[in-house]
Amino acid sequence: MNNLKKAFEKGKAFIPFITCGDPSLEITEQLVYAMEKAGADLIELGIAFSDPTAEGAVIQKANLRALSGGVTTDKIFDMVENIRKKTKIPLAFMTYANVVFSYGSEKFVKKAAELGMDALIIPDVPFEEKEEFAPLCKAYDIDFISLIAPTSQERIAMIAKEAEGFVYCVSSLGVTGVRSEITTDIAAMVELVKKQKEIPCAVGFGISTPEQAKDMAKKADGVIVGSAIVKLCEQYGSQCVGPVAEYVKKMKEAIS
Amino acid sequence: MSKGRFGVHGGQYIPETLMNAVIELEQAYNKYKNDNAFEEELTELFNEYAGRPSRLYYAKHLTQKLGGAKIYLKREDLNHTGAHKINNVLGQVLLAKKMGKTRVIAETGAGQHGVATATAAALMGMECEVFMGEEDTKRQSLNVYKMRLLGAKVHPVATGTATLKDAVSETMREWTNRMEDTHYVLGSVMGPHPFPMIVRDFQAVISKEIKQQLLQKEGRLPDAVLACVGGGSNAIGAFYHFIEDSTVRLIGCEAAGRGIDTAETAATIATGRLGIFHGMKSYFCQDAYGQIAPVYSISAGLDYPGIGPEHAWLYDIGRAEYVAVTDEEAVEAFEFLSKTEGIIPAIESAHAVAHGIKMAPEMGKDKIMVINLSGRGDKDCVSVAKYRGEDIHE
Repeated sequence: MNNLKKAFEKGKAFIPFITCGDPSLEITEQLVYAMEKAGADLIELGIAFSDPTAEGAVIQKANLRALSGGVTTDKIFDMVENIRKKTKIPLAFMTYANVVFSYGSEKFVKKAAELGMDALIIPDVPFEEKEEFAPLCKAYDIDFISLIAPTSQERIAMIAKEAEGFVYCVSSLGVTGVRSEITTDIAAMVELVKKQKEIPCAVGFGISTPEQAKDMAKKADGVIVGSAIVKLCEQYGSQCVGPVAEYVKKMKEAIS
Repeated sequence: MSKGRFGVHGGQYIPETLMNAVIELEQAYNKYKNDNAFEEELTELFNEYAGRPSRLYYAKHLTQKLGGAKIYLKREDLNHTGAHKINNVLGQVLLAKKMGKTRVIAETGAGQHGVATATAAALMGMECEVFMGEEDTKRQSLNVYKMRLLGAKVHPVATGTATLKDAVSETMREWTNRMEDTHYVLGSVMGPHPFPMIVRDFQAVISKEIKQQLLQKEGRLPDAVLACVGGGSNAIGAFYHFIEDSTVRLIGCEAAGRGIDTAETAATIATGRLGIFHGMKSYFCQDAYGQIAPVYSISAGLDYPGIGPEHAWLYDIGRAEYVAVTDEEAVEAFEFLSKTEGIIPAIESAHAVAHGIKMAPEMGKDKIMVINLSGRGDKDCVSVAKYRGEDIHE
């Protein structure tokens, strides 16, 4: 059994996202350890894609920084191998369909599973296309994460029924990025999921402040933060480990 | 398998946020495509506004000079706004209006699709915003002005390579942000289902007319139909009603840029491989890790790293052939057609003309070739002059 469940065993889960290789794979590895220590329950490792259509400006730029730094899927696999020598913290890959497909979907999933990855998130694969990846993930014991959005409405039941690991609740319309306000009725979305299946729900997109995180944690089982952390990586570069750890600590405290 | 498949190609690889929008679009399209009133309204727009049917012109001088197959030019360049793009746009904006949308957004490469969308939006009283690669806004500043003149807002896209693929990505992002009142007028036979089907159906008027016109003029089908291919909308339009006619060779002409053995190319069939991008499975120019390649062509309209899923399938089953045409060959054809027939083709269409020039002498005089002249070349004079070392101003 993979480790994902553990992420939701210690109260509300805090789930940070970072882009692998931004600013370097060495720093990414350090960030994983530091974020775990600061209270992260599950870490999303982004594999950069040249054209990330679900990302806002902050993560788009991080993708380009990583790629121009020479990061590849294989180098990221090597990094995960190192990480797994030191920690068992639940880890999810987040990337785009073509990165997995082009590597060879089975080869990618098998390798990820062997390295001890726990989940895979692909934002450009909706329910209708999950046959491409989900059965492979099941075969190799990696949770293929389903997303639901404010526009999903009657689709939520269908998606939740077949969801594995946790359900990624997209908080707002649009792409990733910091938002001053989240107006979607998250509680209602979560309720629709839980009607179908007892599965953790984590909310992402737009969350950056402890107040927002606290509010979201009241309605769901976990909070995902990407852009706010990636912004710190952009701002502090190779000095980002300290500021990111501090931020994660503050956010975890807010939801505890 | 999910919806909208052409063999293994197609599908709906998009964020969950957009799924209900494409489902709503598909339902609306299925309702209106069989609706007589919609059909009549669209035909009226095609004929009275866009100037259809477009002419099928016998290019006598070109034929004589090349000394082979009889060459006909399908004059999509004579449509209102100067290209085939208007066919799709009138259809989609009318559909959007029926769906109760009040705002349309679009991507554009060379600016032809943006201008066409801005035109239809002006005509039908819709708000319009166009996303265009920053590089392309510089290459095609006249089209940027035209869009603004028509009341559209133009957003330069500075991300990635700042060209067509980035404009598509940015328009998708904008659609994710606002679907309630907004329809995304995708400009080619690409993207998630139902777009490849909808755009094809609206462009299929091209081959429907070619068939009728040629039957009238020659009493038979053509031996070959040629069209340039970026995403592939004019080509699928020119091919569609001939797919069942196995004697008709269908030839798509891709942009080889500086050559398919260089990195500066946009020839997807020649240099790409199977992938998933912009909502569809198809062939894409990409590196070993699936990163989309920065493509290049002198033609901003063919400067796209993928090809529509139906073309990918027609290629797989061997029903259509795809060839690569370099910048140099396209520019020569641009000049040659201008001098021999007094017709300045769009640099995109000049790729098809170039291959026609190669093929015609190898075909017998009893053979008939149709080249789809997808657009007119006024917009390209500055860049072709520059290619020839001459600096002119618009």
